[in-house]
Amino acid sequence: MKVSKKELVIHYLALIFLAICFLLPFLWLVFASFDQQATQAIKLPEKWTLDNFTAILSDPSNIRSFAIGLFISLGQATIVVIVAGLAAYPLSRYRLRYKRSFLLTILFMTSLPITAVMVPVYQLFLFLNIQDSIIFTTIFLAASGLPYAIWMMKNFMDAVPIELEESAWVDGASVLTSMRKVVGPLMLPGIFTIAIFTFTGSWGNFFVPYILLQTQEKLPASVTLYQFFGNYGIIEYGKLAAFSMLYTMPSIILYIFAQKYMSKGFSLGGASKG
Amino acid sequence: MHRKAILFLSPSWILLLLFFITPMLLTFGFAFTNLSLTGTDAANIQFIGFQNFTNMFQDPEFRISVFRTLIFLLFSAVVGQVVLGLILALLMKEKRRGFRRFIGVIVIAGWVTPEIVVAFCWVAFLSDAGTFNAILQGIGFEPITWLFTFPMVSVIIANIWHGTAFSMMVFQAALDDVPKSVQEAAVIDGASRWQIFFRVTLPIVKGSIVTNMMLVTLQTLGVFTLIYTMTGGGPGNATQILPIFMYNQAFVNYQFGYGTAISLVLLVIGTVASLLYMRFMKVKL
Repeated sequence: MKVSKKELVIHYLALIFLAICFLLPFLWLVFASFDQQATQAIKLPEKWTLDNFTAILSDPSNIRSFAIGLFISLGQATIVVIVAGLAAYPLSRYRLRYKRSFLLTILFMTSLPITAVMVPVYQLFLFLNIQDSIIFTTIFLAASGLPYAIWMMKNFMDAVPIELEESAWVDGASVLTSMRKVVGPLMLPGIFTIAIFTFTGSWGNFFVPYILLQTQEKLPASVTLYQFFGNYGIIEYGKLAAFSMLYTMPSIILYIFAQKYMSKGFSLGGASKG
Repeated sequence: MHRKAILFLSPSWILLLLFFITPMLLTFGFAFTNLSLTGTDAANIQFIGFQNFTNMFQDPEFRISVFRTLIFLLFSAVVGQVVLGLILALLMKEKRRGFRRFIGVIVIAGWVTPEIVVAFCWVAFLSDAGTFNAILQGIGFEPITWLFTFPMVSVIIANIWHGTAFSMMVFQAALDDVPKSVQEAAVIDGASRWQIFFRVTLPIVKGSIVTNMMLVTLQTLGVFTLIYTMTGGGPGNATQILPIFMYNQAFVNYQFGYGTAISLVLLVIGTVASLLYMRFMKVKL
């Protein structure tokens, strides 16, 4: 298909225009975070400074909220990987009577919006007297991330040939050992993808901790950032931007890290292989 | 059934039963009660039949918030993200690799950014003295108080900005899967570029478009943080879509029974979309 020169120029111009539209709101954040005199409009800082960042990082309560966010997200990712890995094994390797209905249920659950169940979840937490607990918030988040992780994990595990495991069994390895020593290392890219996906989803989640946690000292960064916006956001744009940048950093770094594995996940055509 | 299978599956079953399936069943239960506030009142919970639903359908606030939800879904998910994602993917096809990457990174930055930060970026961008008004004034227009005058448009655009990258990447992957030989054969047969697009390319990527549309719709149905941070559902109730309405009834007015009834509506919409999605995916297990 030959595209005429004139049309090619239009393509490039259209793409550049769209790119500028996408870039401007984000660029404001970057510039404002390095500018003590930041305003609502985008402008290059007259004097580039790290003062906004040091102001945010020198407040111990901000550090604490980052640490809590990290704990919740790492905790969730760890639980999800282990539990989904265990569940995926029989689903991938054994003939089971209820496998089909189980997998269909899992697939169905992956697509339900978690927002919709938060009111009853809050009631459940009150009833069990586990509200305002970082641990149980983490466990709830892990459960909500499980369906997707099990589905992905099973697909990744299907790609590991069973013959490799069989030779490990012949050498006397148990199922758990062969999972750890043979299957696990071979599907490491898949495990990383799931872990990173879970971590960033959890790190960016505001609604769940906002509902399930109340004590100020227990709130993760997503909620304290929201409070900061409510309290100072209208005046201290520079600090708000710096806080936001620090909060966004882990997601960006992990995305770059995961990019080479994740490209595979986007061909939806292949996702239907069960 | 293998004993090991049960052993391996049980941790996931316990977690899902306790924190996923129980809340969903509770939604059905609580939606028919007068459950309100917390503590002592929660003990006097009473079954009130379809009262919540009768109230709900008579509540003009509910009806308008269903309407707003549909507008939000249509324009930010279906029209915005899916169409813009497809346009981006088509335009980027067969361009220089470096340029593709450059555009890709910029669009994906909006997707990687957490929802709450997306909200800040757009509150600043659209504010009275924000970048967008500065540009408008630069080319001779009057500034507009976007978040007050056009609140729905504002949150829709912000959500498009945040979500488009996903659709773009799905479509890029789908377009890359279209075999070159098929297109070349069509060219040899004398097909025009539009014909090739509508008769060759589109049918091949149709599956991806439909699946992606369902996924994006489901994802958009659960959007809370973006709107809650940008407008809080306001001004007035102008951007109060169902999740915000649910939150306000349950956690601001403490009408948990009513809030749960709204949850149920969300779940039903989600279930229908999810079943359609599974149908389109033609899951073979």
